[in-house]
Amino acid sequence: MTFELFIFYVFATVSVLSAVGVVTMRNPVYAALFLILAFFTSAATWILLEAEFLGVVLVLVYVGAVMVLFLFVIMMLDINIDPLREGFIRYLPFGILIAVVIAAEIIMVLSSDVFVMEIPKAAPLDFSNTKALGEILYTDYVYPFELAAVILLVAMVAAISLAMRKRNDGTKRQIPADQIRTKSTDRLRVVKMKSEEKL
Amino acid sequence: MDSLIAIWESVPEALRIVIVILLKIIAILLPVIIAVAYTTFAERKIIGYMQVRCGPNRVGPKGWLQPIADTLKLMFKEIIVPTKSSKAVFFIAPMLALAPALAVWSVIPFWEGGVLSDINAGLLFVLAITSLDVFGIILAGWASNSKYAILSSMRVGAQVVAYEIAMGFALVGVLMLAGSLNLTEIVNAQAGGIQNWFMWPLFGLLVVYFISGVAETNRAPFDVAEGESEIVAGFHVEYSGMAFALFFLAEYASMLLISILTVLLFLGGWLSPFGGMEGLLSIPVLGTILGDGIHWLFLKAFFFLVLYLWFRATFPRYRYDQIMRLGWKILIPVTLVWIFGIGIYKGLQIEGIL
Repeated sequence: MTFELFIFYVFATVSVLSAVGVVTMRNPVYAALFLILAFFTSAATWILLEAEFLGVVLVLVYVGAVMVLFLFVIMMLDINIDPLREGFIRYLPFGILIAVVIAAEIIMVLSSDVFVMEIPKAAPLDFSNTKALGEILYTDYVYPFELAAVILLVAMVAAISLAMRKRNDGTKRQIPADQIRTKSTDRLRVVKMKSEEKL
Repeated sequence: MDSLIAIWESVPEALRIVIVILLKIIAILLPVIIAVAYTTFAERKIIGYMQVRCGPNRVGPKGWLQPIADTLKLMFKEIIVPTKSSKAVFFIAPMLALAPALAVWSVIPFWEGGVLSDINAGLLFVLAITSLDVFGIILAGWASNSKYAILSSMRVGAQVVAYEIAMGFALVGVLMLAGSLNLTEIVNAQAGGIQNWFMWPLFGLLVVYFISGVAETNRAPFDVAEGESEIVAGFHVEYSGMAFALFFLAEYASMLLISILTVLLFLGGWLSPFGGMEGLLSIPVLGTILGDGIHWLFLKAFFFLVLYLWFRATFPRYRYDQIMRLGWKILIPVTLVWIFGIGIYKGLQIEGIL
């Protein structure tokens, strides 16, 4: 067994075990943590496959940003675990059915002729995966790439417009500009009165 | 001596590589940790002088043994685990904070070729690993089972994700000009004297990068995560002893890292400002001192480190919504416009007009 193969098996084992952890953990925060570990080890296996750009971006985007927000939301929720497990036996047959169908589909797809290919030779040491990806992305695939960007932008605008709500419920807010512009006469009325007369 | 060489050669090849790499890691991390210890001392001294005080001056001559005394104190303190806390995560969190802060140093070049791992996606690696720093803080807040701590982790989570975008965009400008993601190549692209450093064409990005760097490391004036006046000490309020020290170490190691990265990306790293002046550099001793070398890297990085301390001594803490507004509505648009400008410049260069 070469050193690389040894590293691969270490990462692959951790990756599979943490994926199992994601679905078996009762506490959602632990499940999210195992998901982070699964992402991280998958990134490591990608880097072993000489796809260092994809590996690093997986860590950067999914682990560094998406999972932070995931954890953020999960921590805010006060999830009671018991009701979640109530229907476990009732839904079990249905769950097994779906799992079997998905597994069968994956096996059928992966065993088809499309995925049979020769193992490509290792790239030379000074080969930059990032550069190659950039060149192909901005020449051959420039239109799909731009299209994907626009779709993401639309999704972002949609999310913002859904989440943004103007409050018309009469909430009182501080408006600093108004506070600064206020003159003393707006707030304070000096009433002239006779002082108390002697009895 | 010969017997030593014989012992060395009897060690299997793979093991020898591992030993050499481990020794290199120690050679990088030991100075980093010592530098962290003395950064805390420098912080207290420099801020002291700025505020017309003496700073610590009791332990050792002029207080120079203060960091060692602090370390000893932290090591012998009891680690208290809050009841109903999530114990495993409570202890993993400080390690998760420290490990990325130290792992990043593996791709930082200190001089031409003086780098542990010269990978070609170095800048991306730095961005990816520093984005993991935040987990330590978020998990610490959650695991402590304390309201102050979780409030702090919420603040950190949103703040770090927001400022990472501005930081990433600032780096896009650098890699467009350098045409590479490798940190050594980025420095070498700035060769030829002070006028070739990226700080001139990318001045706006330099400012944005450093401000986001301060926000990413949760330092004043963006240290709402700690906010003593509102949430006691934030995410590490329940931590004591060495567990707290690890957070401290991680924060200062990140500060050093941001300072060194700013220098590598915008101020020519180890390159001398007198590069290109052949007459000056050919003088025997003076030429070596004024020529390229690690001392320039440290000198420039020290400037940014002092800037960190200066900020802390000068500015009051930002309000949380002001931090978010600065990040999303000012820094990100500035970087976008700047990148557009560089794009036009590069395009004209490729077309042969410039």
